[in-house]
Amino acid sequence: MLVPALTLVLVAVPAISARAQGEEVPRGPTFGARALQALVDGIQFGVIIAITSVGLSLIFGTIHLINFAHGEFVTIGATFAFFLNASEAGPGWHLIPAAIAAVAFGALLGGAVDRGIWRPLRARGTGLINMFIVTIGLSLLLRHVVLVLYGTRPASYGQYDIQSTIGLGPAGITPRDLTVTLLSVLVLVGIAVLLQKTRIGTAVRAVSANRDLAEASGIDVQRVVLFVWMLAGGLAALGGVFFGLVEIVTWDMGFKLLLLMFAGIILGGLGSAYGAMVGSLVIGIVAQMSTLWFPVDLQYAWALLVLIVVLLVRPQGILGRAERVG
Amino acid sequence: MDFSVIVSDALRSGIGPIAAIYALAAMGLNLHFGYTGLLNFGQVGFMLVGGYGLAITVSTFDGPMWLGVLGGIACAIVLALLLGLPTLRLRADYLAITTIAAGETLRLFYRSSWAEPVTGGVFGLQRFANDFYALSPIEPGTYGVWLVRFSSRDLWVMIVAWALVLVVGSLLALLIHSPWGRVIRSIREDEVAARSLGKNVYAYKMQSLVLGGVIGAVAGMMQAIQVQSVNPDNYDPAVTFFLYTLLVLGGAGRILGPVVGSILFWLVLSFLDSALRQAIDAGYISPDLISTSEVGAVRFALVGVALILLVAFRPQGVLGSRKEMVLSGR
Repeated sequence: MLVPALTLVLVAVPAISARAQGEEVPRGPTFGARALQALVDGIQFGVIIAITSVGLSLIFGTIHLINFAHGEFVTIGATFAFFLNASEAGPGWHLIPAAIAAVAFGALLGGAVDRGIWRPLRARGTGLINMFIVTIGLSLLLRHVVLVLYGTRPASYGQYDIQSTIGLGPAGITPRDLTVTLLSVLVLVGIAVLLQKTRIGTAVRAVSANRDLAEASGIDVQRVVLFVWMLAGGLAALGGVFFGLVEIVTWDMGFKLLLLMFAGIILGGLGSAYGAMVGSLVIGIVAQMSTLWFPVDLQYAWALLVLIVVLLVRPQGILGRAERVG
Repeated sequence: MDFSVIVSDALRSGIGPIAAIYALAAMGLNLHFGYTGLLNFGQVGFMLVGGYGLAITVSTFDGPMWLGVLGGIACAIVLALLLGLPTLRLRADYLAITTIAAGETLRLFYRSSWAEPVTGGVFGLQRFANDFYALSPIEPGTYGVWLVRFSSRDLWVMIVAWALVLVVGSLLALLIHSPWGRVIRSIREDEVAARSLGKNVYAYKMQSLVLGGVIGAVAGMMQAIQVQSVNPDNYDPAVTFFLYTLLVLGGAGRILGPVVGSILFWLVLSFLDSALRQAIDAGYISPDLISTSEVGAVRFALVGVALILLVAFRPQGVLGSRKEMVLSGR
């Protein structure tokens, strides 16, 4: 599945590329160097999307709910860290403790919406489609609460703002971006270990595979679902801080990322945590590589194209099991 | 606080052109969600292609307005086919993801510098509906009774938009009570049962998606005509969320649901907006808590709360039946 998606972008129309090159030149002199640079940027972008989308995919895997408010969790993580770190009204912490606090806040928020909204709705027997609509209501609410509290001005964190790049062959990366990328990869490996080796991780996988069987085997499904929401909230907040760090903090950053997360989890296979990681990485690379040929303001649009191609060719995604999804 | 201004604002927007336009767009959504059970989270995308189809034909290519209307409808049909083709065979959640992504991607695409020669990019297109206003039989001036007064321009848009609501509503009522309508409702209730009776579920869903999308595009055209301008940033995904709120408020799966929902929605929204602004101006609410510029955002947040509470406690809205609105999506 990787192959058609990538070739589509790589073998893209040369006529447009001629026009685009004049305006949007990525760093680096030759095409090879620019491609390498785009690849490095793409991997960095991809692992950040992966961090945010793993939670989204796990939520889907356990309760079959698509959380359209997931982007807002990302924004809240980024803006909460900004408040602690660089806001005039905030305490002015260093970014590292601020980020840790933001992750804790994100986890609490995830737990709070499960306890406060989803568990009562499940108990009432609200239909799944109606729950989707509740998530868009939640998204609308959270996004505009952030807008009131944070405002519309884009801002950067107080530390690690401007750095010189270090060379990686013809490509370059700032120490900040390199650290973020490596930390992201570490977090992803950590999630994999958590899912494979720990008791709660096994329980999460069991609930994803067969909820009724898991419940019958004595797994406390409600507790697993709460854990998944907290994990997802914390990861989304962490992804938000990372994204705010390498790009910029805005009140609607999460919603923009949400589309890429969707593309990533569908490409990887809806409900699969590892699929979400692989899919998001591909989406990140596609988005950045597209800037070699196409204008930067269209880079997110390619994610949708990948999404539609995947749905046409292999709806269960790269790592999804081939089952009837219609 | 001047209550006559608040009441006037609320009533004017409750029956005004915007309420009619949202009612129309929500009628398309009602066909998707209320009758067929399709979870379309990108109705704003259909409004966008409708509005831009008209604006681009007239503004960029100097075409006549009727051609623009046809162009907008054609774009909506193409968009519906593109969205439906990969997703309608799959579960409801795939359509939801694809439509919300498509709506936002279309917005990014239309506002990109690459598309600027045709779409006007971030600046959008203006003044393409002069032909529409030239048709107006209403003498210039203001009309109305008591606190509710409209300019002749708004009145003309209002009359046409509500007339469209009437026409589309009647057509939908006929369709829904036809054999075709029974099939799409049976798809909403139980897709497998409909399929086992030999109905081509995929084709029916596609027809519903196209028809509702075209209704959305017509609403988008009226919206573009009303302000004589299209701008990509007017087609925020929040518009679709508003449409869902008013649809659930009025009652999904009822012909009059979107109409009642839209009138109530805009009445309450403008009332809140006007009341909040007046309260801030009069000093009842401290500007430190909510400033006048934040009223818009507070309003949106309240819509979100309203949507959550409605779906949780009264999913059938004002007119609907509770039994019909417990959808499982499987």
